[in-house]
Amino acid sequence: MSLWNTLWLAFRSLGRNKVRTALTMLGIVIGIASVIAMVALGQGASKMVENQISSMGRNLLMVMPGAASSGGFSWGGGSGTTLTPDDATAIVKGVASVASVTPVVRVRGTQIVYGGQNWVPQSFLGVGTGFTDVRDWQLDEGTFFTELDVSSAVKVCVIGITVAENLFQGESPLGQTIRVKNMPFRVAGVLSRKGTNARGDDQDDTVVAPWTTVKRVLQGSAFQNVDQILVTATTAEAIPDVVLDVTALLRERHRVREGEENDFQLRTMNEMASMANSSSQVMTMLLAVIASISLVVGGIGIMNIMLVSVVERTREIGLRMAVGARGRDVLRQFLLEAVVLSVSAGVIGMALGSLSAVIISRTLKWPTLISPASMGIAFLFSCGVGVFFGFYPAVRASRLDPIEALRYE
Amino acid sequence: MDAPIIALEKIEKVYHLGDVEIRPLQGVSLAISRGESVAIMGASGSGKTTLMNVIGCMDRPTSGRYELDGKEVSKLSRDELARLRNQRFGFVFQNFNLLSRTTALENVELPLLYWRDSSARERRDQALRALDRVGLADRVMHHPSQLSGGQQQRVAIARALVTEPSILLADEPTGNLDSASEKELMSIFQELSREGITVILVTHNAEIAAYANRLVRIRDGRIQEAS
Repeated sequence: MSLWNTLWLAFRSLGRNKVRTALTMLGIVIGIASVIAMVALGQGASKMVENQISSMGRNLLMVMPGAASSGGFSWGGGSGTTLTPDDATAIVKGVASVASVTPVVRVRGTQIVYGGQNWVPQSFLGVGTGFTDVRDWQLDEGTFFTELDVSSAVKVCVIGITVAENLFQGESPLGQTIRVKNMPFRVAGVLSRKGTNARGDDQDDTVVAPWTTVKRVLQGSAFQNVDQILVTATTAEAIPDVVLDVTALLRERHRVREGEENDFQLRTMNEMASMANSSSQVMTMLLAVIASISLVVGGIGIMNIMLVSVVERTREIGLRMAVGARGRDVLRQFLLEAVVLSVSAGVIGMALGSLSAVIISRTLKWPTLISPASMGIAFLFSCGVGVFFGFYPAVRASRLDPIEALRYE
Repeated sequence: MDAPIIALEKIEKVYHLGDVEIRPLQGVSLAISRGESVAIMGASGSGKTTLMNVIGCMDRPTSGRYELDGKEVSKLSRDELARLRNQRFGFVFQNFNLLSRTTALENVELPLLYWRDSSARERRDQALRALDRVGLADRVMHHPSQLSGGQQQRVAIARALVTEPSILLADEPTGNLDSASEKELMSIFQELSREGITVILVTHNAEIAAYANRLVRIRDGRIQEAS
């Protein structure tokens, strides 16, 4: 019997029991639909995280002081902090493929006051002039502070949009003076809107000042250590080399001996992106596993109905064999019936899953991403379910003895 | 006389039901010539249906020789037997064995689905011709439940004839029919016999057997007389 005839036959016999066919398909429909929707949600989420991480800055490397501060203790500095602004300067001078560098000093819980308003920004950073390049962050108005402002620790700052909105309430902040710890800072510019970062923090709720000013004036510290050095590589391809070179340079500058551990940590944004990605991938996998359980349950439903169908149609099978059907013709007929059942269910499930992903992203404003790969896999999977769970009933049908099958009541 | 189309020699069939050995055929030898119409008569349990199944290649004998058109077939594989059933035999059953919820036309097309590459149109044309032959040209789209018993059996005959077999096997074909349909049916068989098809009837009804030009009696798995 030709494949085309067998296929047509399968549709015909499934069409005879429409309610049963629909109910049998339901398990697979739900399974495939939930896999598609889950994967779309998961991939949408990881895409969002990726975007947020890249909003931190392109090709970014972060150098932080080492966690082990005991090494620093014996050095007599007493603070256990190992990174200095000179390291930053050395990196930009000594390492090829570095686009720009800035040291970062953090201050926490700093209240700023303008007129009758006061505000505590989420972050108050002391940075160098490389900051705008490193973070890929432009100014909406005004200018960034200059190298001269940094070297002479001028009390000047640039504020994020959230700070501007809350402190100035529509007034132009340019040239105004805000008070930080009772010291006057001139507002030189306003940063453009950046949105939230991967952690969900508002990146625009920030004040940026020269690191020298922050260190000496705000913290009143005599030390030169910084909390972080941000480095930008010229290209993504150059990142591995920059990592190696920066590591070598800092080890040399910090006099870390051969075999000793680094007294600093180096992270790339790509690493962080892949970390965030892998956690959302675990989530996606988990959801897909749960959804695929319903596929297995649906497959068992198909097997069950196919077994019932083989018994019900014993006489039909006997008759077909009596008029010349071979075992393999019967096998093919029942196998194809199971596959048609599961594949149609799969296609319906794919449509429903995509639809619900679209509805979720519209109503809940969650990002979703329906990938062709997940569609292809879902399709193949539903074929596989049909073959796997249809095989046993089909084999049973094909092994029937025509004489006994014809006599079956 | 031609070589017989069917030649059985010392056919035995033995099978076991638990510990009980059943021997429905105990050395049957029988030759049937091309174009003959033969009635096989016997009481129930005499082995006539088993004999019919062996002749129709539905069942393989335990021992003995079966030559169909001079070729030994008793040792053929399941698939080869299926091919013979499809191409050499037409089957008519006591209970019709039509597929319900399927039109007469599709029922008749059924054997054409196997061992052939004919197109849907060819199948349809052949099935329509077969239905016309049994006088059901105006019932092709009816389902079995919409047909009388006699009509259903005629659909079954059309299904047996559609492959243009050389041998028609009928197992109690009139067992479920009233006497009017019975007559109608037997005249169809007589006509087919005149057209040169070898017709083999299994029955326990002497009236039906009288339509055939040769009577074979079987009893306890042995041929009693062949007149």
